[in-house]
Amino acid sequence: MSSRGWPLWEVFVRARRGLAHTHVGSLHAPDAEMAVRNARDVFTRRSEGVSIWVVPAAAITASSPDEKDAFFDPAGDKVYRHPTFYEVPEGVEHL
Amino acid sequence: MHGNDATLDEPADDDPAFLALIDDDGRVEPRDAMPQGYRQSLVRQIAQHAHSEIIGMQPEGSWIGRAPSLRRKAILMAKVQDEAGHGLYLYAAAETLGVDRVDLLDRLHAGKQKYSSIFNYPTPTWADIGAIGWLVDGAAITNQVPLTRCSFGPYARAMVRICKEESFHQRQGFEILHTLSHGTTEQHEMAQQAVDRWWWPSLMMFGPADDESPNSARSMRWGIKRFSNDELRQRFVDMTVPQARALGLTLPDPDLAYDEATGHWHFGEIDFSELFDVINGNGPLNAERMAHRRGAHERGAWVRAAADAYAAKHASRSAGTAA
Repeated sequence: MSSRGWPLWEVFVRARRGLAHTHVGSLHAPDAEMAVRNARDVFTRRSEGVSIWVVPAAAITASSPDEKDAFFDPAGDKVYRHPTFYEVPEGVEHL
Repeated sequence: MHGNDATLDEPADDDPAFLALIDDDGRVEPRDAMPQGYRQSLVRQIAQHAHSEIIGMQPEGSWIGRAPSLRRKAILMAKVQDEAGHGLYLYAAAETLGVDRVDLLDRLHAGKQKYSSIFNYPTPTWADIGAIGWLVDGAAITNQVPLTRCSFGPYARAMVRICKEESFHQRQGFEILHTLSHGTTEQHEMAQQAVDRWWWPSLMMFGPADDESPNSARSMRWGIKRFSNDELRQRFVDMTVPQARALGLTLPDPDLAYDEATGHWHFGEIDFSELFDVINGNGPLNAERMAHRRGAHERGAWVRAAADAYAAKHASRSAGTAA
């Protein structure tokens, strides 16, 4: 097998404790362990992280960009879900 | 996540909805429908950019063993390692467009895709390492900062990371030249000669003049390029002239003069016949750079094979444990 067959891994890095892992990019590696080692060398050379996740890109299920309008439509007309929808009388605080 | 459905409806190159998205400063993501020309332009540009990063490891890599102090050696190693990382970010960005890194490398090795001509010039002295950092990386940063706002999301995000890391590259080059320039007469002379060698090739890194650059207008229409070659070149000259003064070095252009009316530095005419000659393979080191790259790839084959064997061994062991 050549590197042509190496799977693609999506890399997520936690910048510091208290923050969520964030997607930073992708790389090829023959297995998960080497993907983590390579991700350390590629994405955290300047102490950008304290924890790394790698996920096989093929394992991710995504919503289709074709559906984006219809799929996310239900949220479009529900402005009352936002606090800015409501009128607050002058002078009322901490609301 | 790289979905690359070739069956997606592909808009025409001048599709009004696509151009409207660009005009609205919108971003294009990998699974969006995009014009074929847009995709091809990006693959060509990102691949050339990635190739430049890894070929760019050679002129500096050759000085790691000869760096004048441990401090300089550690810095140079970190810089060359960064270039490899930048190559990887960019190959990964290109792959989101449906191409394979292995194929891109094959095309580089076959001479079918190009890298920046600047890396076909030699680095005969330690001062050349300073000049590369100050001028070549300086020009690259001038080019790259606007690319962080490129319309294609993965390319823009890769450029954000690269620009953050590049800033030390230029400073370390400036520091090398500053030290040499304020050293002995011989050291000063060595710094001056390196600047004389690299100044004009650095200006050529911005590409041909706007009216000679066939792809520029289209790339700008698509939000891939944000400024023209000549605009970026002028920006670089305006930033660099005062820095040269601080270094105590001169730039090899008798026509260099400040234009009070425009607020810009006027510079002499660039001999683009040299650039085209180097692009066409006649630079000082084109053949050597390509031979070294192909050789490194072939000599690295056992490492890739060993990584495969290691992964296979561990996979079979954990399968055995599970059974």
